Amino acid sequence: MAETLVKLEDVSKSYWRDSIEIPVLHHINLEILTGEFVALMGPSGSGKTTLLNLIAGIDRPSQGRVIFEHEDLSTLSEGDLARWRSRHIGFVFQFYNLMPVLTAFENVELPLLLTKLSRAERHKQVETALAIVGLADRMKHYPNQLSGGQEQRVAIARAIVTDPDLILADEPTGDLDKQSAEEIMDLLAQLNKDFGKTITMVTHDPRAAEHARVIHRLDKGELETA
Amino acid sequence: MHLLFGYSYKNIIARKLTSLFSMLGVALVVFVFAAVLMLSHGLEQTLVDTGSDDNVIVIRRASQTEVQSILPRDIANIVKADPAIAHDTAGAPIFTNEILVLINQPKRNSNEPSNVPVRGVTPMSLKVRPTVNIVEGRMWHEGTSEIIAGAKVAKTFQGCGLGETVRFGMRDWTVVGIFEAEGSGFESELWGDVNQLMDAFGRPVFSSLTMQLKAPGDFEAMKARLEQDPRLTVEVHREKEYYAEQARITTTFINILGTVISIVFSLGAIVGAMITMYTTVAHRTREIGTLRALGFTRSTVLLTFLAESVLMSFTGGVIGIFLASFLRFFEVSTTNWDTFAELAFSFEVSPSIIIGSLIFAVVMGIAGGFLPAVQASRLRIVDALRAKG
Ligand SMILES: Nc1ncnc2c1ncn2[C@@H]1O[C@H](COP(=O)(O)OP(=O)(O)OP(=O)(O)O)[C@@H](O)[C@H]1O
Ligand SMILES: [Mg+2]
Repeated sequence: MAETLVKLEDVSKSYWRDSIEIPVLHHINLEILTGEFVALMGPSGSGKTTLLNLIAGIDRPSQGRVIFEHEDLSTLSEGDLARWRSRHIGFVFQFYNLMPVLTAFENVELPLLLTKLSRAERHKQVETALAIVGLADRMKHYPNQLSGGQEQRVAIARAIVTDPDLILADEPTGDLDKQSAEEIMDLLAQLNKDFGKTITMVTHDPRAAEHARVIHRLDKGELETA
Repeated sequence: MHLLFGYSYKNIIARKLTSLFSMLGVALVVFVFAAVLMLSHGLEQTLVDTGSDDNVIVIRRASQTEVQSILPRDIANIVKADPAIAHDTAGAPIFTNEILVLINQPKRNSNEPSNVPVRGVTPMSLKVRPTVNIVEGRMWHEGTSEIIAGAKVAKTFQGCGLGETVRFGMRDWTVVGIFEAEGSGFESELWGDVNQLMDAFGRPVFSSLTMQLKAPGDFEAMKARLEQDPRLTVEVHREKEYYAEQARITTTFINILGTVISIVFSLGAIVGAMITMYTTVAHRTREIGTLRALGFTRSTVLLTFLAESVLMSFTGGVIGIFLASFLRFFEVSTTNWDTFAELAFSFEVSPSIIIGSLIFAVVMGIAGGFLPAVQASRLRIVDALRAKG
């Protein structure tokens, strides 16, 4: 029986705009087990990104607790939370979010600058991560010299380079053509199967969700598990 | 703390034109700033180097400058007998009584007249001032209308070159020698026989008395003795301090003017840097959100953007100083506002000017980059990630 990696207890989240409360998530209870590949689906505006951000420690719930390996994230200060993210979370964005002025290599190296690794160790890890995503020959390329699919691979390399406990991906194939999307999905599935990575992925694409072993659906801020 | 210098640096390069313009803005300000400091430093050097530590200059009390000073012969004789004065091997006191008058002479290039100080000296004047060296021609002969010219006057003014004649005091004076004095203010003067000049100008009194001390430590005692002597109404100064004091009014003026100009200009450069940085923060909002999501802290983001601004202004500063350093090859002249005489000097660089200018550039970078950097660091991650940029 796999262990619980993340546990959301009665989590609600509202945003405030001009002193009007916009409720987004309502009393969410969710458990993600180590080694799971979870897909999070739901219509636009249902709060998928918001939920992912709460798990990533990028945002804080209005109510309830996010518990990661027995640690309540709400007890961490802003700075501690940043350090916690750098150690435990790898994030993959819909629009890749690479730094345009940095090469593929430098982009992947970024999160390692937050570790105590030596330069040589960093370089070895970056090369390994880029090899895993199949871009060992594109290290010196800048994002604008890469295709969308390749950019997303670099972003995935950046997400795995620190060997995080949890990879969070927000519509990682949302901006890609069918072929590239398929390749990215295969890559994520491989990371889960071969490297035992725990992955939680937001997606609209039912075919993408097929790769996942668990599918959660969000609708108007309420969660149901398929 | 993890600074992202590579990231900052590459962003500056990527912005090409915008970066270049804000750098040039800073470069321009630093150029002006450094130029002013070099100018007043050059002037100070010229005037401060005029005179020696061992020498004492005596002028009439409350007469501010040599030109206004009047010292009759009997007073000169009393001073000359002071025991603190050094004597040469022949037993004569190393002492000279001089007059200083101003004449008006046109410049070589512009034909415009300007004041030239003419100093009536004695043969002993060369012993009192060992830095003065005749480099061409010879010393004047006593009792003739011959003069020697400082190297800077000779170059700048008509009739003052070797072999030329210059008319003043209703006589023609022939330049028989050119002297240098290690770049000091004396090089901006004409020197003639004191007795001939007193005749020519109908002036029976001296302007100043300059003498060498046996020991520099004797100065205070001598000053007290002479200034308290009831027969004398004189001021006693160390020669070097006297000329330095003269430099002060002019250098202070240049410094104040230059600082005001630099500050006004720097406001422009700061606003320029600020616009550049605000624009780049706005363009890179999503990048900032991404950095934060990866685990970089607010303070890292703040310092990264501040460093970017400082790196740009520092580079601008280096460019400005580099350009200003070429000013060394220009010689300028100004009116010495104490004697209203023409004074030639050049821009001089010093380590403290370079350091001061670079600090000024860095301060401009911090001032321009601080608010945008704070804004960048204050962004909420979720909002930044939703940005288009
Ligand atoms: N930072 C924010 N400030 C204010 N409102 C927000 C913020 N983030 C999200 N919202 C609002 O919360 C709701 C849910 O947004 P969220 O981005 O979580 O939806 P989503 O399920 O990811 O949608 P999509 O499929 O379009 O990405 C939306 O109504 C959105 O406008
Ligand atoms: Mg979303």
